[in-house]
Amino acid sequence: MQLTRRNAILMGTGAVLVAGLPLASSAAGEDAIAAFTGGADVGEGDIKLTAPEIAENGNTVPIEVSSDSAVEIMVLALGNPTPAVATFKYGPLAASRTASTRIRLAGTQDVMAIAKLEDGSFVKTSSTVKVTIGGCGG
Amino acid sequence: MAEGVKPRVKVPKSASAGETIVIKTLISHKMESGQRKDGDGNIIPRSIINRFTCDFNGENVVDIVLEPAISTNPYLEFEALVPEAGEFKFTWYDDDGSVYEDSKKIAIE
Amino acid sequence: MKRLTATLTVGLAATTFAWADPVDDTLVLNGETTIVTRTDAPEAVEKVFDEVISGWHFREDDTRAMQADDFDNPGMLFVEQAEDLWNAADGTEDKSCASCHGASEEMAGVRPVYPKWNEDAGEVRTLEMQINDCRENRMGAEKWGYTSGNMVNMTALMASVSRGLPMNVAFDGPARETWEAGEELYYTRFGQLELSCANCHEENNGMMIRADHLSQGQINGFPVYRLKNTKLNAVHDRFKGCVRDTRAETFSPGSPEFIALELYVATRGNGLGVEGPSVRN
Repeated sequence: MQLTRRNAILMGTGAVLVAGLPLASSAAGEDAIAAFTGGADVGEGDIKLTAPEIAENGNTVPIEVSSDSAVEIMVLALGNPTPAVATFKYGPLAASRTASTRIRLAGTQDVMAIAKLEDGSFVKTSSTVKVTIGGCGG
Repeated sequence: MAEGVKPRVKVPKSASAGETIVIKTLISHKMESGQRKDGDGNIIPRSIINRFTCDFNGENVVDIVLEPAISTNPYLEFEALVPEAGEFKFTWYDDDGSVYEDSKKIAIE
Repeated sequence: MKRLTATLTVGLAATTFAWADPVDDTLVLNGETTIVTRTDAPEAVEKVFDEVISGWHFREDDTRAMQADDFDNPGMLFVEQAEDLWNAADGTEDKSCASCHGASEEMAGVRPVYPKWNEDAGEVRTLEMQINDCRENRMGAEKWGYTSGNMVNMTALMASVSRGLPMNVAFDGPARETWEAGEELYYTRFGQLELSCANCHEENNGMMIRADHLSQGQINGFPVYRLKNTKLNAVHDRFKGCVRDTRAETFSPGSPEFIALELYVATRGNGLGVEGPSVRN
């Protein structure tokens, strides 16, 4: 097998194009959102999700959530077999409404963070993470 | 109790009153998702840490629900307010009923 | 159409090349210790490379950052477990590693010189072989499996206390024969894909093989905590995985072939700082 730079580019392009296809959010994801919000409207606003654009391996993907006024933040991986990832509840001694962790993603998908704010309203944001598949196993 | 579970916590030794500090925690745990199959095609039962709490002098800092999508050796980082000298208490709750605890004292500068 | 293709190609090429080059960054451990991750090519490889580069430079930002802090690095969990093992008495002699060697930090400088010629035994020994020699002959304890959990954790402890020291594996004198056997293996094509180590790691490092960013295949970072399997991986397990990926029957961890290959590959990275336990994809 001849590994030329051109071949490598073509292979890389193929991977990105396939990986870049948008995924519909699952019914299970919608159920999880409804359970968290009690069916209330979810707007946009005071919630930020930081996740890598490209994850080197879906088994360990670092993410961070932050908000100025959240009392609770739920994270969902909408393309996973079960979308729930974690729910962060902030107590009186939380200095900020932030948290970081490492999560599993079954493939390229949208990761969503939904925050319940102090005023009782809900806001969400999401970020697409491309998961690298096709590397060399050990 | 799951085997080889060992918590690690990083907390500064001291802070000034009212200061914000960063806390990092890591615990060795396989976080078996319940999605995998063994060599015979049988589902390996779910076995994860499903909740983590951090309290300071009896008051809550964070209370976190963990799901199977949290990676092996769960890592959590957050910020706490230190109003006075005291002790942070960290608790991890395992699916099998085990509870793992750690604590760290912090002094006021 | 032709113009469109040309535009597309230029656009794609720009992204791909940006991706594929090793990242220009400096590894500072815990904000204190700078680790040498690129340096002038050592003797073993000076004819093919100008510079040797750690696999750390071929990984994404988050992965590199995870290794730079001992708390963020999950590999350090296993170093802590090995520290308990280091101090635990085992075997008929009721001795621990610490009984003879003192604190684990006393072993700084050991990792960088292995594999190493052992005069008494008349063979090249890896760190794993030396650990098992201690267990069997000094402690009267059972040998550990070559890539067992205890063994890989112990090699991680040995690496961790030597972090930052330059790899300095000798291949002159009696070790030369084994080194040459390793060199021969490195350039031998294996498997249905007919790939040698050199095809990927010497001729094509920096390029993408499917979605994987090929490094120089340096081993100064072993054992490696992989995001993929979330555990520490021994260097012979990595060799095994690579040979298997060529669709060949692979050698076993601890086999004479892999011992020779480890000696040879280690010398290709002489001068790079010890990084184990490193973090890779």
